Amino acid sequence: MPGYDRHHPTPFFVSGDPMIYASDVLIALTLVGVVFVLTYFRRWRWLWEEWITTVDHKKIGIMYLLAALAMMFRGGVDSELMRTQLAFPNNHFLGAEHYDQIFTTHGTIMILFMAMPLIFAMMNIAVPLQIGARDVAFPYLNAISFWLFFFGAMLFNLSFVIGGSPDAGWVSYPPLTETPFDPGPGENFYLLALQISGIGSIATGINFLVTILKMRAPGMTLMRMPLFPWSVLSASVLIIFAFPALTIALALLLLDRLAGAHFFTMLQGGNPMMYVNLFWVWGHPEVYIVVLPAFGIFSEVFATFSRKRVFGYTSMVASLMTIAVISYFVWAHHFFTMGAGPGVNSFFAIASMCVGIPTGVKVFNWLFTMFKGRIRTSLPMLWAIGFIPNFAIGGATGIMLAAAPGDYQYHNSYFLIAHFHQVLIGGVVYGMLAGMYYWWPKMFGFILDERIGRWAFWLFNIGFYVCFMPQYQLGFMGMTRRVYIYPADMGWSTLNLISTVGAYLMGIAFVLIVVEILYSAVWGVRDTTGDPWDGRTLEWSLPSPAPHYNFAHVPVVTERDAWWGQKEARKKGEIQKETRPFQPIHMPRNSGRPFIMSLCFFIGGFGLVFEWYPLALVGLVGILTSLLMRSVERDTDYYIPVEEIQHIESNLGRA
Amino acid sequence: MNTNANRAFPWKHVTGFVLSIALTLLALWMVQAHVMGFTALISVTLLFAALQILVQLFLFMHITDSPGPRYHVIALALGLLFTFTIVAGSIWIMTFGGNQAY
Ligand code: HEM
Repeated sequence: MPGYDRHHPTPFFVSGDPMIYASDVLIALTLVGVVFVLTYFRRWRWLWEEWITTVDHKKIGIMYLLAALAMMFRGGVDSELMRTQLAFPNNHFLGAEHYDQIFTTHGTIMILFMAMPLIFAMMNIAVPLQIGARDVAFPYLNAISFWLFFFGAMLFNLSFVIGGSPDAGWVSYPPLTETPFDPGPGENFYLLALQISGIGSIATGINFLVTILKMRAPGMTLMRMPLFPWSVLSASVLIIFAFPALTIALALLLLDRLAGAHFFTMLQGGNPMMYVNLFWVWGHPEVYIVVLPAFGIFSEVFATFSRKRVFGYTSMVASLMTIAVISYFVWAHHFFTMGAGPGVNSFFAIASMCVGIPTGVKVFNWLFTMFKGRIRTSLPMLWAIGFIPNFAIGGATGIMLAAAPGDYQYHNSYFLIAHFHQVLIGGVVYGMLAGMYYWWPKMFGFILDERIGRWAFWLFNIGFYVCFMPQYQLGFMGMTRRVYIYPADMGWSTLNLISTVGAYLMGIAFVLIVVEILYSAVWGVRDTTGDPWDGRTLEWSLPSPAPHYNFAHVPVVTERDAWWGQKEARKKGEIQKETRPFQPIHMPRNSGRPFIMSLCFFIGGFGLVFEWYPLALVGLVGILTSLLMRSVERDTDYYIPVEEIQHIESNLGRA
Repeated sequence: MNTNANRAFPWKHVTGFVLSIALTLLALWMVQAHVMGFTALISVTLLFAALQILVQLFLFMHITDSPGPRYHVIALALGLLFTFTIVAGSIWIMTFGGNQAY
């Protein structure tokens, strides 16, 4: 059996599989390459001063984006490997153990290390600019969040070559994940990586809640705020209340595994079903945490590319908040079959169906926003339009799954797999790609190439349906999830082959997007105006990319689509030129400590994974020292002098 | 918050910290030593949890400090609603129609 074997002590380096050796070589080569390039071009100092120590929300957003795209690649390779294995009956491309590890890392990476950082990327890039703020409320904490996510993701990915990957699914249910059934460091990697990045996520939730409530420009009341910050507000509330449940579930399971506790064992009074319960207390809000910001992005994109204000703003806000609240009343629909009884199942089934109502309101509002609008199908809009039929199907199959008696038939079948990919890809990934195309010029100052982008979109969209529509059918035909092999006489072979073709189409589309980014970096259209899409919200009033202090003058807001209003007034000739003199701008100082502290988390986490307690202690001491040093630090901020602002603004042609 | 208090020793926080730990350890001990029957145990643990919330609100979260904006009340209400749902829902689910599961 390739990969690591349950019944023998695990070697430190994963061995025995040619694919893993090939990755070892690739990882080593990449590392050597990176070190060489940085040294050759003398970029170490630049890397440290401009990026690693930065507390600027725009740069942190860009780092989240790059990390998320890298993780999308890793998770995507995992999915292609699985689909290759499933393409033919009785295939022997991957072994059982290896398949288990791959679906586990695929699911975990896609949700926690791809979707989450991608929404954090969009939040960081857009929210402060849209609400007229100069940074987030706690810039230093924001850097800590990023680096905790980053090192959590690194710890998780390390399991692949050192120690062995986790293999009990992205939900990691006990009793399978208790030490007697799953010895070795794999599950420890999962538990600690999620715990470390989870701390960062909670901090981000708090950070953005405070930013949105406290840092809006004068005149921007909550009801004048664009819809994307609204969606981030609701997602932040969800993060703050949901993540602690995950923290507890993971911590208790870790105590079981490392300290011999019995919270979730079968003997000694433990109850594994409590883990399932806690996991989904977090898990269901989690899916809304990733999809609500996508809804926010769609609202911005539909309005901008229809040249109309969004239809039904108030009902959009109300439905965002309603979804956020209802999402706390539905978690048991992930385990209807656990046997909590008809009372529980009916309650949670009805609550789940209720989520459909506010979601429906939003979909109709988007359609009405487009109605009689002057629609441009630029790339962001293309992904947004592609999302609507996708989400309609995903929503319909979701309601089917929410019907508890029906769920007894198709739970944990390929029907479920198709459903959640439909909403996660069709909702979250489409939304984030729309956001990426939309804000790319704001981040980098150039527009992503339309022609390659269209190819990528159509390949992805078609590939999506080719891949997942057959899976609904396969589910009805009895194919269960997490099978790595199936016999030829089940009648599943053709549909599986078609599905794999679709997965490859999506893979090609991803490669095209990477090509598009590289191509546009060199030949892309430069955004010289700062407002390439004729936008409506404040981020488009700034040059692209925005200067590090964002707004030389904090804008004063008098209406909902603030920038659109200013442009209209300017057309009528009634705009007053900015007469306020520049004021020194108060800014946070860069700091290397978030990076170092998170590195200590990584070291401590690695120590715990292998139960090397001295190493874990070293990590802990490092973390405590970093916290202490921050507490006594005084020199945390500075003022940008007026001359410097004057200089930067006139270089940008704005003063 | 009153700025003079910034320099003073944070007694409130230390008291809160000690109380939180004490309440947690007490609950753990009660369950491990089976000091009473199932229903009584659940009820007393819940009571401790409620006390724990009060400790958090009064000793850490400055709930008495000053009248803040209205969203403070909304946030608090939302927090209590979620807490109630999660606790009551979990008990409801985990008793599987009776309390024989434990
Ligand atoms: C190219 C696109 C994708 C393809 C082809 C794909 C394919 C797959 C396959 C084949 C499985 C395993 C099914 C099984 O054997 O049970 C799977 C599981 C899963 N996928 Fe994807 N996937 C894709 C994208 C995504 C994305 C974007 C997300 C999340 C944002 C995601 C989340 C998951 C999760 C959570 C699981 C369950 C893992 C588990 O069973 O523990 N996938 N996917």
